[in-house]
Amino acid sequence: MADPEIKSYEQHHESRSPAVTESRPAQAVLMAIVFAFLGIFLLLPLIIVFHEALAKGVSAYTQSLSDADTRSAIRLTLLVAAISVPLNIVFGISAAWAIAKFEFKGKAFLTTLIDLPFSVSPVISGLVYVLLFGAQGLLGGWLKAHGIVILFAVPGIVLATVFVTFPFVARELIPLMQEQGNGDEEAALSLGANGWQTFWYVTLPNVKWGLLYGVLLCNARAMGEFGAVSVVSGHIRGLTNTMPLHVEILYNEYNAVGAFAVASLLAGLALVTLVLKTLLEMRYGAEIAATRGH
Amino acid sequence: MEVRVANVRKEFDRFPALHDVSLDIKSGELIALLGPSGSGKTTLLRLIAGLERPTRGNIFFGDEDASHKSIQDRNVGFVFQHYALFRHMTVADNIGFGLKVRHGPSRPPAQEIRRRASELLDLVQLSGLEKRYPAQLSGGQRQRVALARAMAIEPKVLLLDEPFGALDAQVRRELRRWLREIHDATGHTTVFVTHDQEEALELADRVVVMSQGRIEQVGTADDIYDTPNSPFVYGFIGESSSLPVKVENGEIWLADRPIGLAAPNEPSGDATLYFRPHDVELLDGCSGCIAGTVAASRRVAGTRRVELEIGGERQRVEIELPVDHPAAHKSRVAFRPGRWKLFPAS
Ligand SMILES: Nc1ncnc2c1ncn2[C@@H]1O[C@H](COP(=O)(O)OP(=O)(O)OP(=O)(O)O)[C@@H](O)[C@H]1O
Ligand SMILES: [Mg+2]
Repeated sequence: MADPEIKSYEQHHESRSPAVTESRPAQAVLMAIVFAFLGIFLLLPLIIVFHEALAKGVSAYTQSLSDADTRSAIRLTLLVAAISVPLNIVFGISAAWAIAKFEFKGKAFLTTLIDLPFSVSPVISGLVYVLLFGAQGLLGGWLKAHGIVILFAVPGIVLATVFVTFPFVARELIPLMQEQGNGDEEAALSLGANGWQTFWYVTLPNVKWGLLYGVLLCNARAMGEFGAVSVVSGHIRGLTNTMPLHVEILYNEYNAVGAFAVASLLAGLALVTLVLKTLLEMRYGAEIAATRGH
Repeated sequence: MEVRVANVRKEFDRFPALHDVSLDIKSGELIALLGPSGSGKTTLLRLIAGLERPTRGNIFFGDEDASHKSIQDRNVGFVFQHYALFRHMTVADNIGFGLKVRHGPSRPPAQEIRRRASELLDLVQLSGLEKRYPAQLSGGQRQRVALARAMAIEPKVLLLDEPFGALDAQVRRELRRWLREIHDATGHTTVFVTHDQEEALELADRVVVMSQGRIEQVGTADDIYDTPNSPFVYGFIGESSSLPVKVENGEIWLADRPIGLAAPNEPSGDATLYFRPHDVELLDGCSGCIAGTVAASRRVAGTRRVELEIGGERQRVEIELPVDHPAAHKSRVAFRPGRWKLFPAS
C-alpha cells in the first residue's frame, strides 16, 4: 500500500499535467479572452493610476505626497493596519483552532458568523457601528457620559476595519487545520509537551504559510477598506481620513494628481502583496504543498 | 510497568465503543490487540495512553490509578497509525522533541539531546539520516523514526497503533522481526494494535482478540489458535468450518446419525460444531463419521481444499485433503474432526 503522505505530496507535483482535451484553436481563443479580460479590468486601470499620478511630472507627484493632510492619511492607514492586523491574527488563529480542533455546540453557527463580514455590505457594517456608538445610538449616551469617543475618531475606524477584515486569517486557517487534524498535536502531547509548546512548535509551523497568506490579504484589505470606514470616520481632514477616503476627497476637489498619487500608493501595496505571495509560492512551493497535504 | 484496565467503558456521544473491558498487562510483555475494523482496538489503546478518558472504569499503571492523569504525566510512548511525524522538523529534531520540551533540570542540554537522537537512530538502523525531513523518507523509515521518537522519552509503556499498517508485505515482515528484537533488547511493556492475525500470533507474547467493543479472548498464540473460546474467535483466527448438530445423551448427532464424537458434559439440544479444515481424520467406511460428496475443490499451496455437501440439507463444509487424495468431483468422502468444539446454536 502506498503511503498516504507521499501520495498527496506527489499529487501536487503532477497536478500540472492533466489531460488536455481542448483543441488548439479553442485553447487560443480561451487564452485570448482571459488576457483581454485581465488587460481591460486589471492592467489598464493600473496603468491609468500611475499615468495620471505622474501626469504633471515627478516633482508634482512627490509634492502632493508630502502634503500634510496626505501624510496624516498615510499615517492613519498604517496605524489602523498596525492595530487591526495583529488583532485579527490572534482572533483568526483562536477561531480556526476552536473550529478545527474541538467539537462543541454552535460550531456551525460560529463558522457562519465568521463569514458574515464577507456577506454583508461594508457600508452596512459601518452603519451598525453608527447605530451602536452614535450620539443617538444604543451606547451613545453612556459613552458620552464617560467621555469616550469612538465614532468619527480613530477607535471607530479601527473597529470597522477589524470587523471587515476578520474573516481573512480565520478563513485561510480553518480548512488547513481541519485537513491536518489532531494527529501532530496528539503526538506532541504524548511526548510531554504542554499546550503552549504544542501550539508554538507544532501547530503554528504547520500552518505558517496559510497564516502568512491570510495576513497579507488581511493587511491589503485593512489598508484599502473604504465603505465601512467611510461611514464611521466623519471625513475630518488630517484627523480621521484614511488613504482611500483621502483619495476620494482629493478627487472630488479636482486634484487629480493628488488623488492618483495616493491611489498609486494603494496600487503599489496591492502589487507588493501579489509579488510577495508569488515569491513565497515560488520559493517555498514544495514546502507549502507538503504542509497542506497529509 | 504493569498496566491494568479495570471494567472500562467508553462511549462516544452515547455510542458504546467499549463495553466493560478488563485486561491485565504484565511488565515487559508484548501484547497484541487483534480484531476486525471498528472493534475498539484503537479506542482501548488511546484510553491506555490517556488520549481519551474512560466513561466508566479505571486504568492502573502499576498500583497507581492513572485514569485521571493527563497524557503528559503518563509517560507513554505512542506510535500513531500514520506516524504523525512533525513534517517541518528534521529526523533528529523529531526524535529530540520529547526531550526538548521538558522543563527545568530534567531537560538535557542541546548537545545531549543530539547525542540521544543519533543513538536512537542507530537503534532503529537509520544512522546518517538525521538531517532529512519526514517527506524525504520511505514509509518504513518513517515508521522507524516514529518509534525512535516515542522511545526517546524513555516511556514506561510503548503503544503502537497498527505500526505496520501502511507498509507492503515484505517490509512488514522485516519490521516485525525487528520490533521483536527491539522489544527484547529494551524490555518495554508494549501494546500494539493490528488487524493482521499472522502478525499478532507471530509477534506477541499474548493476543487480545476483540470484537464489537468487547474482549473475546486473551491468550498465547497457542491458546487462541487451538482452543478458541467463542464462535467469533473460531471464525476470526485461522480457518474454520462449522455444522449445525444436535447433542443427545452426551453424543453428537448430525441429522439422524451419530458422528462418533462424545460430548458427555454438553447439555442436550441444538448446537454448532466447529473444527479446523486441516484437523480432520479421513475415514473409509462410515459408521460414526461425517460424510459428504465433493462439490468443489481447489489447490491451496501444499494441500487441497474440498467443499463437501453433507446430508439432505446440503450443508457445505470445507476440509483439507492431501494433494494426492483420489477424491474427485461427486465422489464421497468421510471424515471425523480431530480437535473440535461445540457452541450453543446461534
Ligand atoms: N472520536 C470518535 N467519535 C465517535 N465514534 C468513535 C470515535 N472513535 C471511534 N469511534 C467509534 O468507536 C468504534 C471503535 O473504533 P476504533 O477506532 O477503536 O476501532 P478499531 O478497532 O481501531 O478499528 P480499525 O481497525 O478500523 O482501526 C467504531 O465504531 C468507531 O466508529
Ligand atoms: Mg484503529
